[in-house]
Amino acid sequence: MRPWIEKQRYLIDYTLAALARRKARNLGLLAVYALLVFMLASVSLFGQALRQEAAAVLADSPEVILQRLVAGRHDLIPPGYLEKIGRIRGVQHQQGRLWGYYYDPVSKANYTLLVPAAEAPAPGHLRLGATLARERGLQAGQPLSLRSYGGKLFTFTVDEVLPASSELISADLVLLGEADFRAFFDYPAGHYTDIALSVANPQEVRNVAAKLSAALPDARPILREEMRRTYASLLDWREGIALALLAAALLAFAILAWEKASGLSADERREIGILKAIGWETGDVLRMKLWEGLLISFSAFLLGLVGAYVHVFHFGARLFEPVLKGWAVLYPRFTLVPQLDGLQLFTLFFFTVVPYTAAVLVPIWRAAIIDPDAAMRG
Amino acid sequence: MLFQPSVIALLLAATLSLVMVAAAAPFAWQILRRWDLGSGSELQLQLERRTYLFSTLAAFVCASQLLALLLFVFTADRLSAMFVGAMCAVGALNAHAWGFPALLLQVALFFLAALWLVLNHVDTRARNYPLVRLKYALLLGLTPLLALSAWLQWSYFRGLKADIITSCCGSLFSGDSNHGVAGEMAGLAPLPAMLWFYGSLGLAALLTAWHAWSGRLGLLAGLSSGGAFVGGIAGIVSFLSLYLYEHPHHHCPFCILKPEYDYQGYALYLPLFAATAAGMGSGVLQLVRRVRGLEQIAPAASRRLATVAAWGFGLLLCLAAGMMAGSRLVLLEP
Amino acid sequence: MIQLTDIHKAFNQGQHNEYWALSGIDLELEARRVTAFQGPSGSGKTSLLTIVGCLARPTRGRVRLHGEDISGLPERFLTEIRRRTFGFVFQQFNLIRGLSALDNVMLPAYPEGKPHAELLQRAEVLLARLQLGHRRHARVEWLSGGEQQRVAIARALINDPEVIIADEPTANLDTTLSKQFLAILEELSGEGRTVLLTSHDPLVIKSSAVHRVVGLRDGRLCGD
Repeated sequence: MRPWIEKQRYLIDYTLAALARRKARNLGLLAVYALLVFMLASVSLFGQALRQEAAAVLADSPEVILQRLVAGRHDLIPPGYLEKIGRIRGVQHQQGRLWGYYYDPVSKANYTLLVPAAEAPAPGHLRLGATLARERGLQAGQPLSLRSYGGKLFTFTVDEVLPASSELISADLVLLGEADFRAFFDYPAGHYTDIALSVANPQEVRNVAAKLSAALPDARPILREEMRRTYASLLDWREGIALALLAAALLAFAILAWEKASGLSADERREIGILKAIGWETGDVLRMKLWEGLLISFSAFLLGLVGAYVHVFHFGARLFEPVLKGWAVLYPRFTLVPQLDGLQLFTLFFFTVVPYTAAVLVPIWRAAIIDPDAAMRG
Repeated sequence: MLFQPSVIALLLAATLSLVMVAAAAPFAWQILRRWDLGSGSELQLQLERRTYLFSTLAAFVCASQLLALLLFVFTADRLSAMFVGAMCAVGALNAHAWGFPALLLQVALFFLAALWLVLNHVDTRARNYPLVRLKYALLLGLTPLLALSAWLQWSYFRGLKADIITSCCGSLFSGDSNHGVAGEMAGLAPLPAMLWFYGSLGLAALLTAWHAWSGRLGLLAGLSSGGAFVGGIAGIVSFLSLYLYEHPHHHCPFCILKPEYDYQGYALYLPLFAATAAGMGSGVLQLVRRVRGLEQIAPAASRRLATVAAWGFGLLLCLAAGMMAGSRLVLLEP
Repeated sequence: MIQLTDIHKAFNQGQHNEYWALSGIDLELEARRVTAFQGPSGSGKTSLLTIVGCLARPTRGRVRLHGEDISGLPERFLTEIRRRTFGFVFQQFNLIRGLSALDNVMLPAYPEGKPHAELLQRAEVLLARLQLGHRRHARVEWLSGGEQQRVAIARALINDPEVIIADEPTANLDTTLSKQFLAILEELSGEGRTVLLTSHDPLVIKSSAVHRVVGLRDGRLCGD
């Protein structure tokens, strides 16, 4: 074992020296390689962070949301609906919710106005999301005037800017009291936007949904699990598409790697010929070149990954935002919660190191089988 | 469900392995037909040099199959969130008929590639390269298996549709269902399962250790290693997982790889896979020990591999016993 | 110690430019002697040395080293034999540019995987013996022709080979340096090493350091 390790050390030593001797060439390849890892890792890290963000938001949402449909369109919940549901076994509590959208011509963006279930702001007061506050230059204690769809001007006092922990969803959020909400939107008394039901036992959720559908044929129950799946598969799908598009880049890179590995300079061919003449075996040269590939791969992987980490978590993934994020006008400028995930790194490794290795295998072998007597023939 | 990053990565790896081996196949065929070590011709020299490429290729395939195996399990685990009722990799694998076959073939491919590398190792140490034809015939045989594996994975992932109601480890590996081998494994009563687990692993550990020490009973050591793999997996499914989850009905063999359970699965699977590959390799070498040129090399290598296998099985036994002792679950009343 | 029987060597076999560099060499080379191969360029001297030195295999014929037939061995094993038995000094010295003299000397020992300290010490002793101790950390391209050749000799000796093979060793040296080389040659032969060299330099052929001269022409032997 000892000679084997010692030998690998010698080979690594040699290949490091060889890499250093051909800096320009190797740095070029390293840069392209790292750039590829950077792009793939950015997409992947960003997608993962979004999934996490969505999951964090959904974790607080109710297990079942009940909407009423009229002609296949979402409609208001009329008075008496809540009572009609009555008691369903497994439902802890049920509550009508009030929320709506408001287009603000000043910031040219849509806000979500919502009456929170608990701790609603006092009349004339509101709380709002961090992005919105930034956009309008608002801080706690300042007034905010909004012109309602009815044409009336309402002025509220900002109580608080919501914490940025789940900014993706709360970015455009405005929380206000029920009376203010109804007055602002001219919302008919007793009506609700939808109904939230909380179910303690996850196994019961489907039964509850079935009972709701039976009791209220014009209603549509939406399950949190379904939402989670939809989000996850949507984000996965987008990430997959982005990666598939980057496959072209991957292919180009593989071709470049092949080219670089097979385009040995006369100098390098001479060196390998000498090594073989003085007693290096084909396998030794092969191993030396594989070490070289491994060193390049790992440096590029690390460089690209660190670059992507900084790009995504410190610069908000500027380059890929439009592809992966939602379609809202008001892009939340949120800082994603930094995190790395094993599967993700592993996938990334498969996307970059495996194709690179495959691409350079044959050229490396070609280099390694140079005739040992080439050195004798000048 | 093809547009998932890790699915694309898996299919990419499978395709790469297949393409590389398939591209090498004509050359392997040429070696089969034209190999003549006595000849000083340039063709023979070319063929010899090609063998280096094939060894490297096979090592690449072996390594990528092992990594792909891990990625496959991780991916299945991640995908399970897409299926109602699926709580871990088992649910996702069960969501389509080809899930488990794809996994099993992946495992088989890893072992086959490892055995090929073992043969290759001893062959390149013999001055007459006595196993060249056998090796390249085997390599050609590997090609359709790689193709099948790629196809199974493709069909599996393509066939997956989110929201299919599947049975999860709760029902598949729960004692009452008793459907198929997996159910049988989970349905084993704790005591016989433990006897089987410790018996097969202990036997393999003893036989490989004896073979390593004395050089005898190598074939039996190899066979017992194969048996120990089955026994080991059965033991993990039927009772070790229960101790790890500290739950009397959770039989999943994959969840133990997750961070929630401190990645303890790796501590079990790594020695199991390594020891099985080494033990079976040792047995295979026993088969070629009389081949001219290998009379000294094969038995020596076989004993070295048996040493690795004995340590691996021994380690696994200790770990399993330690995990049982450290668990708060009690399956067997004293 | 080395016996050659009916050695043939072809290049581009089976193609229109097929060319036989050696056709039927029978030769026995004794241990601990200095043998020079003499002949015009294209006579097959170098081809013969590559076959003797296990750099290439003969197309036909047998090579025996210490009685063992090595002509049919795969390259993998030929390399091992070459590394342990032969040390090469090439005409162009063939040092690796960009590496220090010391690194160049140690290169042939890398595949053996010996402990680094041991190897380093051996290389330094060799360089010191060849009066290069003070230049050991200099890059080889900064060395003079004579120094480069001595680095090449040290490199040939690092694995302590029985046989030193030198191809046209004085082709790039002036008279003083050539004489210096012949002195080293005598020293190596005095330690009991076998030396094989090709040359058409009269200084070498006529030197008392050379025990035997073998003539070659058109791939055949022509007089001892």
